Amino acid sequence: MKESFDLVVAGAGPAGIAAAVTAAEAGLRVAVVDDNPAPGGQIWRSGAHLPRSAQHWIARLHRSSAVPLLGWRIFDSPEPNLLCAEPSSFPPSSPNGSSLPPHRRHAELRFKKLILATGARERFLPFPGWTLPNVMGAGALDALVRGGLPIAGKRVVVAGTGPLLLAVAAHLARRGAKIVTVCEQASFAQLARFAAHLALEPAKLAQGAGFALALRSARLRTGCWPIAAHGTDRLRAVTLRQGHNFWDVDCDYLACGFHLVPNIELPALLACRIAGGFVSTNGLLETSVPGIYCAGEPTGIGGVELALLEGEIAALAASAQTARAQKVARRRRRKLAFVRALERACTLDPQLRTLPAEDTFICRCEDVPYAALCSRSSWREAKLHTRCGMGPCQGRICGTATEFLFGWNADSVRPPVFPALVANLAVSPARTHDFNGASAASRAGVAAPTHAFKETR
Amino acid sequence: MSSTADVIILGAGIVGAACARACASRGLKTLVVDSGFVGGGATAAGMGHIVAMDDSPAQLTLTRYSQQLWHALAPGLPPEVEFEQCGTLWVAADAEEMEEVRRKCALYESSGIPAEILDAHALAQAEPQLARPLAGALLVPSDAVLYPPSAAAFLMRTAMEAGARLLAPQQVLSAANGRVRLASGEELHAARIVNACGADSVALLPELPIRKRKGHLVITDRYPGFLHHQLVELGYLRSAHAVAADSVAFNVQPRKTGQILIGSSREFGAEDASIHHSLLAAMVARAQQYLPRLADLDAIRVWTGFRAATPDKLPLIGTWPKDDSLFLATGHEGLGITTSLATARLLVALLLNEEPPIPAEPYLPARFLSRSAQENRIFAHAPEQSHA
Repeated sequence: MKESFDLVVAGAGPAGIAAAVTAAEAGLRVAVVDDNPAPGGQIWRSGAHLPRSAQHWIARLHRSSAVPLLGWRIFDSPEPNLLCAEPSSFPPSSPNGSSLPPHRRHAELRFKKLILATGARERFLPFPGWTLPNVMGAGALDALVRGGLPIAGKRVVVAGTGPLLLAVAAHLARRGAKIVTVCEQASFAQLARFAAHLALEPAKLAQGAGFALALRSARLRTGCWPIAAHGTDRLRAVTLRQGHNFWDVDCDYLACGFHLVPNIELPALLACRIAGGFVSTNGLLETSVPGIYCAGEPTGIGGVELALLEGEIAALAASAQTARAQKVARRRRRKLAFVRALERACTLDPQLRTLPAEDTFICRCEDVPYAALCSRSSWREAKLHTRCGMGPCQGRICGTATEFLFGWNADSVRPPVFPALVANLAVSPARTHDFNGASAASRAGVAAPTHAFKETR
Repeated sequence: MSSTADVIILGAGIVGAACARACASRGLKTLVVDSGFVGGGATAAGMGHIVAMDDSPAQLTLTRYSQQLWHALAPGLPPEVEFEQCGTLWVAADAEEMEEVRRKCALYESSGIPAEILDAHALAQAEPQLARPLAGALLVPSDAVLYPPSAAAFLMRTAMEAGARLLAPQQVLSAANGRVRLASGEELHAARIVNACGADSVALLPELPIRKRKGHLVITDRYPGFLHHQLVELGYLRSAHAVAADSVAFNVQPRKTGQILIGSSREFGAEDASIHHSLLAAMVARAQQYLPRLADLDAIRVWTGFRAATPDKLPLIGTWPKDDSLFLATGHEGLGITTSLATARLLVALLLNEEPPIPAEPYLPARFLSRSAQENRIFAHAPEQSHA
């Protein structure tokens, strides 16, 4: 597939939806690309029980002229104003896409303007037992339940840090889960300061009250976190720690998330300036690369409402509606204090660095234990000498953990930013010659063998 | 502050680490200095093959000798080195290339290297994933692959057990006349200094006839059983005549992890590490011509590295005639992993004025001093063989 657009929006979460809708309604030819098969991103993952505002935005996206390229994953930008994408999954009849025609395996998307709305992912901190089945990300369990996982009557411990924990706990409670406890690593003082800030935001306060109602039987503990998960084939119990107290609780699920980290791999690949882990923008959300804008969590973790505003601002700016963009930008600026307050509230307790035991796996792709990493002095050295971060997740999980545990900075970003079909690396729009000519094999007219390689993964 | 040693080795890549191990085991007080960490330069970027290569008689002698040293070391290598004697298949696409297979086979056998000619049917049985029809291949069973950063770490660890010391990360400002100046202000002294800095050797000795030759590699997710041998196209010799500087060749390896490593590309004049998309695309397309089902595998990472290329494709091993204290162990192009152990043996013999295990002349840096500086800079586009 080769298509050109006035604007490509990378990501169909709240920021991306708002951006696509705003730009399409202004008459731009817009594409919105997301690796999920449905719009909504992580926070509005498809399924029942979406908030009314989410349903409203998603319906507006469907009514708009924006071209939804859902189920496509951007993996490279081989030249300016061009993105390459491939399907994020293939039909069961063709698990690696081998029987599909090339245009269904590869997309070249040219753009005049680009809005990066790549969202955020949960940060996991490794502790003994964190790789047991039924220990999972808070957002991941939430998504599974939205997807139909029966949770009624199950005992769930929710732990980590950030407002997502309460939202997930409240949702699971409404679906019949028994929330054993919610453990927030932040101290009571940290939370109290944040709560004082929330009082300035009536909408968030109402949301908080709703959570409290849903969770009335569960206990919220502050300065508390899991130090070990127990079980043989699956989770059976969790050891919690609060100050000097340690105790075990039985549970069926441990939903764990230590706040969010922005997905900045694609912005970094496009050479957008990154500062302090977030994409730098001007007041109208243009990045350091002219014509490329960024909206939502990659500019600072601020939640849905801010993401929607940012999507709108970026789209207005990208469609040359500067006055309107500036007007909305003023509303955004008033909310930025919330971003800073949230960041302070979610600052990780340094004691969490002692969570992993010597044999706790830090990298789940390559089975790299904590002890193998302790003597390393950089992320690159750790990667090359232990294989940490060398698996298919490309260090997205362990890289954020080691950044906290060891203070290592991430490596430079290279294409492909997600695993991509080898065939799609052979597609180059800039390819002008064969270098040293055709191979002997191609001149000999070789053909593929008749039987397929049986995938053994 | 100053520090002294019998020998200071600059560079802790696989060549520097092998030299350190050889020096320390002979009782020399050995100090290794690296600007980064062990095996973090070209060592980390290379494919990691232990191959016999016959671009010239001297290349064949050096690679064969070094390969024997690796085989002797193999039983003691820790598992993370991932040494695997998978053998190489030099793939011939047509009758003309089969002639080359026969020539190569005779040469290898006369050099004491076991080799076996496979016809089209035997090749298809040995590697069912290869495209058809191909004419056949030369199987060289003694060739192996390993994971270079771990191999360098092993060599450095054993060097340190024998008494060598490692100073890293430390930036070297200059190295001459028995003195090494570090950016930290420290000065190190030794009767002998070994420059083993690979493509960066020229930073300390700009006269060296070494150029950076950039390469790209792709690694896939794990597909155990997809391939069984290292595969190299034989036709590279012929197609290389058509190019000026940039070229690609089919060279693919099965790794012990089940991953497939896809190479190779060669590029002069590129100084930055970024991905050259059209060259990468040509490299992958070429690999797919030989292995069509590569297309369906997931590539998880692409990277580049810089080989230290010399005009005659042979390394620089031995004393630098303009400075009695200075020795070189650099310029290994794409064969540094293979020839690191032989380089170390040669170097130690030269350091100690002993009889070298193989004739040292073809690798002595002095061979370039009779030429003008300009001649050293102009690399002939001579036919060469593919090695990553």
